[in-house]
Amino acid sequence: MNPETSLEFRHYHLLGIEDLEASEIMTILDTAESMAEISRRDIKKVPTLRGKTVVNLFFEPSTRTRSSFELAAKRLSADIVNFSLPTSSVVKGETLKDTVRNLEAMAIDALVVRHASSGVPHFIASFCQSHVINAGDGTHEHPTQALLDAYTIRQYKKRIKGLKVVIVGDILHSRVARSNLFLLRKLGAEVVLCGPPTLLPPEFSKMGAKIEYNLEKALIGADVIMMLRIQRERQKANFFPSIREYRHLYCLTPERLKLAKKEAIIMHPGPINRGIEIDSSLADSVQSVILKQVENGVAIRMAVLYLLLGGKERETAD
Amino acid sequence: MKLLIKNGRVIDPASKTDETLDILIENGQIAAIDSRIDIKDAEIVDASRLVVAPGFIDMHVHLREPGQEYKEDIASGSLAAARGGFTSICCMPNTRPPNDNSGITEYLLTEAKKRAVVNIFPIAAITRGLAGEELTDMADLSQAGAVAFSDDGQPLSNSLVMRRALEYSLLLDKLIIDHCEDKNLSAGGAMHEGEISIRLGLPGIPAAAEEIMIARDLILAESTRSRIHIAHISTKGGIELVRLAKKKGINITAEVTPHHLILSDEYLVNYDPNFKVNPPLRSQEHRQALIEGLKDGTIDTIATDHAPHAPEEKEVEFDQAPFGLIGLETAVSLMLDRFVHKNIISLEKLIHLMSFQPAQLLKLKNKGRIAIGADADLTILNLRKEVVVDVNKFASKSRNCPFHGWKLRGSVAMTIVGGKIVYRA
Ligand SMILES: [Zn+2]
Repeated sequence: MNPETSLEFRHYHLLGIEDLEASEIMTILDTAESMAEISRRDIKKVPTLRGKTVVNLFFEPSTRTRSSFELAAKRLSADIVNFSLPTSSVVKGETLKDTVRNLEAMAIDALVVRHASSGVPHFIASFCQSHVINAGDGTHEHPTQALLDAYTIRQYKKRIKGLKVVIVGDILHSRVARSNLFLLRKLGAEVVLCGPPTLLPPEFSKMGAKIEYNLEKALIGADVIMMLRIQRERQKANFFPSIREYRHLYCLTPERLKLAKKEAIIMHPGPINRGIEIDSSLADSVQSVILKQVENGVAIRMAVLYLLLGGKERETAD
Repeated sequence: MKLLIKNGRVIDPASKTDETLDILIENGQIAAIDSRIDIKDAEIVDASRLVVAPGFIDMHVHLREPGQEYKEDIASGSLAAARGGFTSICCMPNTRPPNDNSGITEYLLTEAKKRAVVNIFPIAAITRGLAGEELTDMADLSQAGAVAFSDDGQPLSNSLVMRRALEYSLLLDKLIIDHCEDKNLSAGGAMHEGEISIRLGLPGIPAAAEEIMIARDLILAESTRSRIHIAHISTKGGIELVRLAKKKGINITAEVTPHHLILSDEYLVNYDPNFKVNPPLRSQEHRQALIEGLKDGTIDTIATDHAPHAPEEKEVEFDQAPFGLIGLETAVSLMLDRFVHKNIISLEKLIHLMSFQPAQLLKLKNKGRIAIGADADLTILNLRKEVVVDVNKFASKSRNCPFHGWKLRGSVAMTIVGGKIVYRA
């Protein structure tokens, strides 16, 4: 690893993609390349973060992201503790601030935070001494997901600039869509958001996205197709009339896929609703890179932990 | 006990006075006003280089008593008011239990007499239990001392109930105050709906939620020929509706808070729950419309919507934190610094908005003016003095103020209620 890479990453926390410069994103992606190499070794462990303690603080269940961070920390020899607190502070009767202060009292170095409410990692970072890594906050951001997505796109397409990326589904409630939009725009890709107008407010165009309600039109010439999970509960709030109609309009099918470029890749942050947002056969097709995304998640999280914890003491440039 | 206030710049919008005068106070009333009064047995207040205004009145305060005294109570809230230059405050009925019967109104007035340093005027609920269904005994409440009626905090959704309340209020000549919010449109919202809420991934409260209810209210005020007062107006559309209604001669008035005039949704980017308030801080476009409304008279008064919450209630996830911020101890300095000193409104206009107008709206006799025989409620201002907002010095029990650390020019030098000095800087 080149120790100088950390000089280009001067943040104390990773709260969102919105705060990052394009060069910093590239630093993370490049660092992840060397990290991926470690995972390919027979002995998948380096002593880089020995003596550091990372806490997985998950207020929302997510086996995949939690395990990914856990593996990433372990491969860098950091100690990792999992705290799964299934409920919010209001239900628990302890304030969020108190919860975090109690953890910090145990001399930890980093907090990986997942929470169903937007802004929780930012709130924690406002009073906490440890490094805070956002592992998904409400409907706001999921920075490591966007980073691993960019890493995967770069792996297949050798570039990001100039690509047409179509993100389909419940954009309004998607932290994956937001983080990807910020990241892909910073790196010069064209981003088309697609979904029913109820789940795709026009404000997204002010964030650099193109808006297209019609899936067929959106897919024309696409290099990357990112399908998002649709939650059945949204139907109760009248965001769409029925799952049947949603599938009819927004499911990625083999016929629709033909509208995209021949070598287009299909991505999904998981977990997949087979047959609802994506035809089951496509999820397992050669064009699908869904499992590759999961694999790359570990390297990206190793890179993030390394850049935040392996560097120097706290700087002012946060 | 006599009090003689000497050499102050007396500004009284009611009589269009703005000159250096002495004011003599006797038995809680203004006994004499003259360019020079010399009396031996009076306590003297030197007000030279200070502005003497009729006492400020805040018609929208949550005192949290009875029921939530850990947030605020009559004593602490009244001290906060005195410190902020308010000589009279109106307390909203959404307490526990709510002020929906004369027993609670009487309790508030009795306790205020014992424990408050400023005048407390209770606002009673429009409906029993603030449930929006059955009218309270409005005549009885009025008799007990309620100065107005409102279901603030629990918007009155049922238009028929609002119609009946407006009609019935004609019997009492008391103001109906509405917190305008279509609960279906605002459900689950945590901040103003717009570009920033989309960016932050926070559920939005659209401007339409307020505007629709203001439209309903002005239509009902017209058809019932009653008076309606819009609480904490926050939207451009709302301002346009009120302006239009006033032009048509409909009896509608509106208040605005300092925080809606000064802050916008951009302040929410750090997810600080102290900026979470309802109605939410709107976008710049709405804020500019409020300032226009303030200047052209569409807005009648400034009220704080002082809403105390304990720190442990605010130190939680943004979407789960309660709405509300405290405003009594910052309102005057904020308005002086941001509006008077920036020449957006004149000092006389500010005094008009904060004293004369609320007294008129609530028909508070002998308040809101400096005149012989009027109550000796006075707010004395130091226009030049710079203050730094420090929540740790607040008299309020709560600390949920978004202006902590702000440096402001212009402050309250003294607050006099019924001829008694209740605050001195
Ligand atoms: Zn209200």
